[in-house]
Amino acid sequence: MMVSFEGVGLRYGTEAEVLRDLDFTLDKRGFYVLTGPSGAGKTSLLKLLYLAQRPTRGRITMFDQEVTDLPREALPPLRRRIGIVYQDFRLIEHLSAFDNVALPLRIAGMSDADLEQPVREMLAWVGLSDRARAKPPTLSGGEQQRVAIARAVIARPELLIADEPTGNVDAEMAQRLVGLFSGLNQLGTTVVLATHDLSLVKQVPGAQLVRLEGGKLSDPTGALRHPPQRREEAGA
Amino acid sequence: MSVLRMSAAERRLLPGGRLSGATPWLIAIMTFVMMLVAAAGLTVSHGAATLEDASASRYTLQLPGGAGKEEALAASIRGLPQVRSVEAVPREAVVDSLERWLGAASEGADLPIPALAEVTLTPGADAAVVEKAARTKFPTAQLSSSRSTLAPLVRSLRALGWVSLGLVLLIGLAAGAAVVLATRAALAANRSTIAVMHGVGATDAQVAALFQRRMALDALAGALVGAAAAGGLLLLLFGAGQVSERWLGGGAPIGPGALFVLALLPFAATLIAMTVARGAVIATLRRTP
Repeated sequence: MMVSFEGVGLRYGTEAEVLRDLDFTLDKRGFYVLTGPSGAGKTSLLKLLYLAQRPTRGRITMFDQEVTDLPREALPPLRRRIGIVYQDFRLIEHLSAFDNVALPLRIAGMSDADLEQPVREMLAWVGLSDRARAKPPTLSGGEQQRVAIARAVIARPELLIADEPTGNVDAEMAQRLVGLFSGLNQLGTTVVLATHDLSLVKQVPGAQLVRLEGGKLSDPTGALRHPPQRREEAGA
Repeated sequence: MSVLRMSAAERRLLPGGRLSGATPWLIAIMTFVMMLVAAAGLTVSHGAATLEDASASRYTLQLPGGAGKEEALAASIRGLPQVRSVEAVPREAVVDSLERWLGAASEGADLPIPALAEVTLTPGADAAVVEKAARTKFPTAQLSSSRSTLAPLVRSLRALGWVSLGLVLLIGLAAGAAVVLATRAALAANRSTIAVMHGVGATDAQVAALFQRRMALDALAGALVGAAAAGGLLLLLFGAGQVSERWLGGGAPIGPGALFVLALLPFAATLIAMTVARGAVIATLRRTP
């Protein structure tokens, strides 16, 4: 089990709850596609998953430990096991594409000499070798999105969370990126992908569709009730 | 990622060359004022100590209304083992002194001018023995200590030294508050970078190290500029010898220990700025989810 939510609710200030009574489990190596209308609470749910927000009630277990009330200083090691692709990319504007992608490795303590090759390879993979020194404001939306994805996956996260990761790229690049996510999933990464593009579910054999509406989860394919199908099983 | 070992790439995480353009100048001004106040306090304290030392063995032998008997008065104790030196004060010098207070009217007035002699005793000598010896010839002779005469002045100088120390601490507090404000402003300006760093697993200490390092550089630059300006001004004052001559009769205005303290001030200011910046960053980050 990668993630478990038990009776989780979230409210901001004194507003009504944006997430209510969430009970679900995400299994290791699962590939989940989270969908739902705008304002359904997808981003809030993702914030809980990447430990940027604490629930106002309920219990969250992640990486086999309860994280609901973990002290602040215990969170960074867990966050290093999570890769995030933000909807608005959140690239650091004054850093080059190379430095943005290298950031998780640097934070984890890897030396400049050791991170040079993996970062170059990752930039090559997302087709940005020649833009390594470019800064985000000089990159197109699609290029920025690819840098954001490269940053999210460079440290081989155990849990990858992506918010509309293919929203700004063309169909061909979208297919390549989904292929990258799928490849990481095959290597053992649990993937949670929030999107409006339901065709992505079809591109990844074994992907589970989860729908969030009005702050509550529905489970049209039974993904949350049953263990996810493994890629190899789905492909067989 | 630590303050001392930080790669160029890590340093680039904070944009620009400075936390805030005003910070180094603010610290320069604070250091300048702090050093001048500290130097004044140390000089005054040093002066009080010198004055006290110098007056410890100095006495005045006085014979009320004994004008003209100065030499005899001095001779009455000259040769005693307790007396290192004794010098009669010429009557003219006493009259000159009186003129400064009373003006020309003192001349010719029927004033009871005393006979005076400046006496320096040997260390540890008993002044009562010396006075007793003088009284064998001049029963109304009085031996008074310069130290007791100067005690109120010495106490005032010491108090001024403490006031200076208090002022230095207050200026330090004000500088600390300025550092907190500058750090908070820098945190607000770099909020998105910090959010991304936290998202990829940076600890608060790693984030704090960036701001701490930047503040250290700003503070060090400012403190050195302030210290150089203050040092120049102090050299001008002390070097001209005006202060020393007026206050201490040509003695050194400040001791080597005090000079060392002054030299340490800019580095202490930098260290305090770094520590305060780190505390401000950590405290601010702890308020975030």
